[in-house]
Amino acid sequence: MLEEQSNVKAWFYLAPALVLLGIFIFFPIVNAIFLVFVSDYNYQTGQFDGFTLTENFRYVLTNRHFSRAMINTMMITFVSVPVSVIIALLISVWLNAIKRLQGFFQTIFFLPYVTNAIAIGMAFSFMFNRRFGLINWFIGLFGISPVNWVGTGATWGSSIFALLVYITWLGLAFKIMVFLSGLQGIDKQYYDAARVDSASRARVFRHITVPLLSPMIMYITVTSFIGAFKSYTEVVGMFGERLGPPGQQRLMTTVVALVYDSLDRSGSPGALSEAAAAALILFGVTLIFTIVNMQVSKKRVHY
Amino acid sequence: MEQAIYGNEKQIKRKQRIRLGIVYAFITFFAILIIIPFYWMLITSVKTMTEVQAIPPILWLQPWEWSMENFSNAMERAPFVNFIINTVVVAIIATVGTIITTILTAFAFARLNFKGRDILFMVFIATMMLPGEIFVITNFITVSSFGWVTLDQTYLEAILTMTLPFMTSIFFIFFLRQAFKQIPDELYYAAKVDGKTDWQYLWRVMVPIAIPTITTITILNAMNTWNAYIWPQLVTQREEFRLVSNGLRNAGFELDGRMMHNEQMAAAIIVTVPLLIVFILLKKYIMRGVSRSGIKG
Repeated sequence: MLEEQSNVKAWFYLAPALVLLGIFIFFPIVNAIFLVFVSDYNYQTGQFDGFTLTENFRYVLTNRHFSRAMINTMMITFVSVPVSVIIALLISVWLNAIKRLQGFFQTIFFLPYVTNAIAIGMAFSFMFNRRFGLINWFIGLFGISPVNWVGTGATWGSSIFALLVYITWLGLAFKIMVFLSGLQGIDKQYYDAARVDSASRARVFRHITVPLLSPMIMYITVTSFIGAFKSYTEVVGMFGERLGPPGQQRLMTTVVALVYDSLDRSGSPGALSEAAAAALILFGVTLIFTIVNMQVSKKRVHY
Repeated sequence: MEQAIYGNEKQIKRKQRIRLGIVYAFITFFAILIIIPFYWMLITSVKTMTEVQAIPPILWLQPWEWSMENFSNAMERAPFVNFIINTVVVAIIATVGTIITTILTAFAFARLNFKGRDILFMVFIATMMLPGEIFVITNFITVSSFGWVTLDQTYLEAILTMTLPFMTSIFFIFFLRQAFKQIPDELYYAAKVDGKTDWQYLWRVMVPIAIPTITTITILNAMNTWNAYIWPQLVTQREEFRLVSNGLRNAGFELDGRMMHNEQMAAAIIVTVPLLIVFILLKKYIMRGVSRSGIKG
């Protein structure tokens, strides 16, 4: 379908991107593989102390924050993603069902997308303030005594709860947008047919809306899982660089935070190798879950 | 008989109206949940510290009761105007760079036939799976070796470090290639008959047709810069070079050991408002662009 090969010309078009990708994407991949297999690498001098197969991975796995980082990341992934996908699905179905004020509500639901994660994280943090916050005032109306959500001495449970609320809230906008545009693309005929058969609302939702939207639900779920595995900025937004309530550094640490903790010590030998090992572990976990997701969806998704 | 059917229809109508009412109630409920954090940010930013610490919290203040000095105090805590300017500069340079490299590369993949095309494309796709942290580690070493991350960092060095690694994107190349692929071959042959070169064809025919996709890329890229935290935090060496996210996070809001929540929220408003204004002005394009990005292929 195309005419003769145009090798020289093609490489001219590719050159700018290839140079940049070569330096900032391809070389880092090769270098990461180098980094994880050398010990005591010093990036300023380029010296290292021989090769090792497992040492850097062992460092990461035995890091005293590792299990906590893993648990927090899993909590964020397996709680905030399903919850926000379900809420987003409901909101977009409702939005699709109304005519008046649809544009107005659509704009409101989009707002979290056009904000700064740090700025709004700070607002959430203050909403969860023990004494002056909105949340404790609100639950107080129902006679519940104030909870120390994110303050000094807060528990892991209350901190992760507050964090999950924030991350779920933050993730809604994008999902609602995508689902709504998917819903608007569904042929009205399906719904007319269902009406003729006088199918109930719940049946229509289960047997028409969800299957026809399933490619999008799948896409959003997979990309959100991948995004959730990489949570970090959200934690900084709410808890600052110490990644936990005051006096409890790293209580809310994540896998990505392990990479940056190592990178912060870049001057000390071996730190960058640890960072690379942590990043590769993150990649491994992401890959496994993506493959599992794909396998599950093969049976469920209707194209 | 007729009346019974009529009555039945009336009942159905009523039922539908109730159902619609419930839908509106649910939507309104969730809309309020979305608005609350913004409102809390705004109302806190105009309170005095006494009002901030009132129990129960003050939920409403008349506009003439607002303490606007929180904003000027916040501006003294850190150079927020600089942060905003830096972010805009970085967003513009990175986006223009990304669009140019993306257009050229996507054109080569979509339109040109060259040796190794399919293999190269496979390599591109494979790297999309990798987490960005893998790149960040080495990129930090690379820009350091360029001498751009020193204590006497210049503004140019700071801007280069924050833009150069982000001047291309495999995801966007893939995204734009899909759009280019949908342009019918006939247009290309017609252009060839007219004696147009590939270069002219790309800029006069393909790019104008793909404008919606390019708009999406522009929006997503600008948004990424506005939210960029990790990389600027790693590489900016002086406070006045920071971007909004790390500038805001690093600014201290304490006075005599007490957290000044009102000034912190005023600063949060300062970095939130510019993006909201842009959003309101370009609402249609942004919303369309973002929903488009979620649709595969």
